[in-house]
Amino acid sequence: MKRRKFDKAAVPGNVARGVDDRFQVATPLRRLLNKVFPDHWSFLLGEIALFSFVILLLTGVFLTFFYEPAMTEVVYNGSYAPLRGTPMSAAYASSLDISFDVRGGLIMRQMHHWSALLFMAAIVVHMLRVFFTGAFRKPRETNWIIGSLLFWVGFLAGFTGYSLPDDGLSGTGLRIASAIMLSIPVIGSWVTSSIFGGEFPGTIIISRFYIAHVLLVPGLLLALIGAHLGLVFKQKHTQWPGPGRTNGNVVGERMFPRYAIKQGGFFMVVFGVIALMGGLFQINPIWLFGPYEAWVVSAASQPDWYVMFLDGSTRLMPAWEINIPIGDGYVIPPLFWPTVVLPGILVGLSTLYPFLEARRLKDTRSHNLLQRPRDVPARTGLGAMAVTFFIVLTLSGANDVIADKFQISLNAMTWAGRIGLLVLPPLAYYVTYRICLGLQQHDREVLAHGVETGIIRRLPDGRFEEVHQPLAAADGHGDGHGALPYAGWVVPKKMNRLGALGPAIRGFFYPIEKPAEAPVSPGHPPVEPRPEREEIGSGESRR
Amino acid sequence: MTTHTEHQAQQGREPLDVNTPGLSQFDIVREGARRDDIEIVHYEPQVAPGSKAERRLTRTVASFFLLTGLAATAFLVVYIWWPWEYHAGSGGDKWYTPLLGVTLGVALLGIGFGILTWGKKLLPKEVSIQDRHEGAVASDDRIITGQTMLYMADELGVKRRPLLGISLLAGLAPVGAVAAAPLVGGLISQPHKNNQMFTTGFAPAEGGQKVRLVREDGRPVRPADVSTGGQITVFPGIDHGVSNLHADSPTLLIHLRDSDAQESRRANERVGHGDYMWGNYAAYSKICTHAGCPASLYEQQTNRLLCPCHQSQFLITDNARPIFGPASRRLPQLPIEVDSEGYFVAKSDYTETVGPDFWERP
Repeated sequence: MKRRKFDKAAVPGNVARGVDDRFQVATPLRRLLNKVFPDHWSFLLGEIALFSFVILLLTGVFLTFFYEPAMTEVVYNGSYAPLRGTPMSAAYASSLDISFDVRGGLIMRQMHHWSALLFMAAIVVHMLRVFFTGAFRKPRETNWIIGSLLFWVGFLAGFTGYSLPDDGLSGTGLRIASAIMLSIPVIGSWVTSSIFGGEFPGTIIISRFYIAHVLLVPGLLLALIGAHLGLVFKQKHTQWPGPGRTNGNVVGERMFPRYAIKQGGFFMVVFGVIALMGGLFQINPIWLFGPYEAWVVSAASQPDWYVMFLDGSTRLMPAWEINIPIGDGYVIPPLFWPTVVLPGILVGLSTLYPFLEARRLKDTRSHNLLQRPRDVPARTGLGAMAVTFFIVLTLSGANDVIADKFQISLNAMTWAGRIGLLVLPPLAYYVTYRICLGLQQHDREVLAHGVETGIIRRLPDGRFEEVHQPLAAADGHGDGHGALPYAGWVVPKKMNRLGALGPAIRGFFYPIEKPAEAPVSPGHPPVEPRPEREEIGSGESRR
Repeated sequence: MTTHTEHQAQQGREPLDVNTPGLSQFDIVREGARRDDIEIVHYEPQVAPGSKAERRLTRTVASFFLLTGLAATAFLVVYIWWPWEYHAGSGGDKWYTPLLGVTLGVALLGIGFGILTWGKKLLPKEVSIQDRHEGAVASDDRIITGQTMLYMADELGVKRRPLLGISLLAGLAPVGAVAAAPLVGGLISQPHKNNQMFTTGFAPAEGGQKVRLVREDGRPVRPADVSTGGQITVFPGIDHGVSNLHADSPTLLIHLRDSDAQESRRANERVGHGDYMWGNYAAYSKICTHAGCPASLYEQQTNRLLCPCHQSQFLITDNARPIFGPASRRLPQLPIEVDSEGYFVAKSDYTETVGPDFWERP
């Protein structure tokens, strides 16, 4: 039998045919490859969160090989001389070993911690983006809820991880957490003793937190992230308004190759930045804090940044104890309000916001176009109010450090926080609202009268006036131009955004191209826009 | 608006036969996209093939990848051969983690920027428009699916035979609880076992033996050990008294100055703690009644004790009354005396609950 010649060029085709015969994937695969993604730099914020989570998983797996989740007492005998001979928990000893006696362990620990901080930060900034642009509106309310849940589950992941090394700082945090649970009316002592397996700290809390931190919480996070991305995929991204962009389409690039390649590159950049931070910037130097002992704490004991607002609310809370004189007497400690009730309200308000807004505006339509924050002053004001509230609380979480560094009375800092918490958010609302209205008005003004050119002309009768470059062509009414309608997108406000000044000069040390001859006199014929900015961009293609 | 009109012009057009000879690859790609309701309205290379700009960009991308190779090799070299074992002082091992970070970071950033430059600068730019099909499920389909589901429910016949449904619910609800019971039940722990919330290590032993106040290293404390105006942290002199097993027990033993001690004694008498002090010595729980941090910053001049976690401040000369911050309850006072051998002992356990507050605290 004659052997058939092997045809290399036909292999991919044959394999593809074989696969498709069995699984019928050609059409869905083409749909996937062709899916169109709109692009805007702010869409990367959510991706930073996703990429940090991947890095958290990678570095976390490394750490589990060396970490020992046990509170059995051991005597440290590792490389870090100052703690040698100290009795401590096995968890703390193994965390020290990861830092000093495992090759490359310290950088992994630090990368893990930095990416956790970045994960939470990216979630928050991404949420602000979604909030201020109205991307949470129908049909995306579910994803907004999942997103808020992701923040709180991430919070839980962070806190359980923070407690694992069992060092002086994390033990103090755990002690406060136990006090928070204790403060819950009626069931508090049962909750605490059930979670700690008896009185604080007991002997099992670390192993319980460990299984929560490496299995339960990451599993939950993975499931939520999967649902979050699945919904983004199904519902497609929102997009900014612009020429050709409607509520019913998506304008952008197909997923492959360029969009996907950009994502891959960006992942490596995030990874690289975290590696640099993990190597260069020390974080959570647990060997300086010592093992946790219930009677030791130092000044400037601060939690990670995303917990600081709760620490701040705890510090600002006045000592209001509620006594209930029934039987032996019951008590609701002041700790209950800032640490249980306040987060409860925050979760509820933020999660339900899309429904509250839709109800207030009686808005049942689907929205796929984003809104500029200035166009929705009430929502932008509310957002500014929330951010101010958060910042006052976070700063109050470090008010002892501020008091110390700036030589302010600590009690004055607390009072400033208490007053600031009540006064500043409404003020932020008012100021933001007015700024939004001002920006709106300026947009309308430019649309009606044109862009300021900076050219002052003297009229024959001696008056001076500034020449404006109109955005619209003459409309036949005799006096030049008509006002353009506002399209919900950036209004060009500088001459070079109109192409009138030629392209910006490129090159670092010297220009690599000659600046275009810029016509400056309004008497010149109309200026041709820059060719490469013709398609989807800013205002000029709306002419 | 050009893009939009062009897109609209494509609506309602005949599908292209992809088997037509002479079609370019891009024609087929565009046709595929059209079948997915995607219109590629703009597609152009950013650099002319073979141009100087293209060669320059290629070199840039290549050098990013080569940089990655160098940095990754450097990472491996550092990882293997750099002295990494910790030694006190300022040896080369202090550079180990920073060097790993720099080499790994540069390697990863090299790939990242290389890929980004490749994707952003070398690949053709495009603008595509995809329809969303918002609410595009035909209302017919909705009706059919809805009716199918309702029909299925009717088939089950629960509507006609309500007892089935009720008994099923009544039967299933406890089964759900059965699933949760082992986990919750296993975790539940009675908080009032051995009266643990209300006792500390200072509770006298079975024979009524009073518990000594000891230091961190277990040595008992004599009055002469604490200088005037000074304070030390003491623990119950029992097994594991110094460890976290008795996290509620750490106590601050303060030697007050004469005038402060008098003031303190008067304040004690007001609340019925007349005999809690011994001489000029007073002992207060170190565990903050607010959130349980050790309140350990003692200001000698004002006799204030500050908790560094939430800034509660207690005035020691007034029975450790909270005078600022979120704490609402005094630090409990430990009644102390000196035994026949001259060491401090606790007369009894704390007479108030130690540590953060909870619902049942009497």
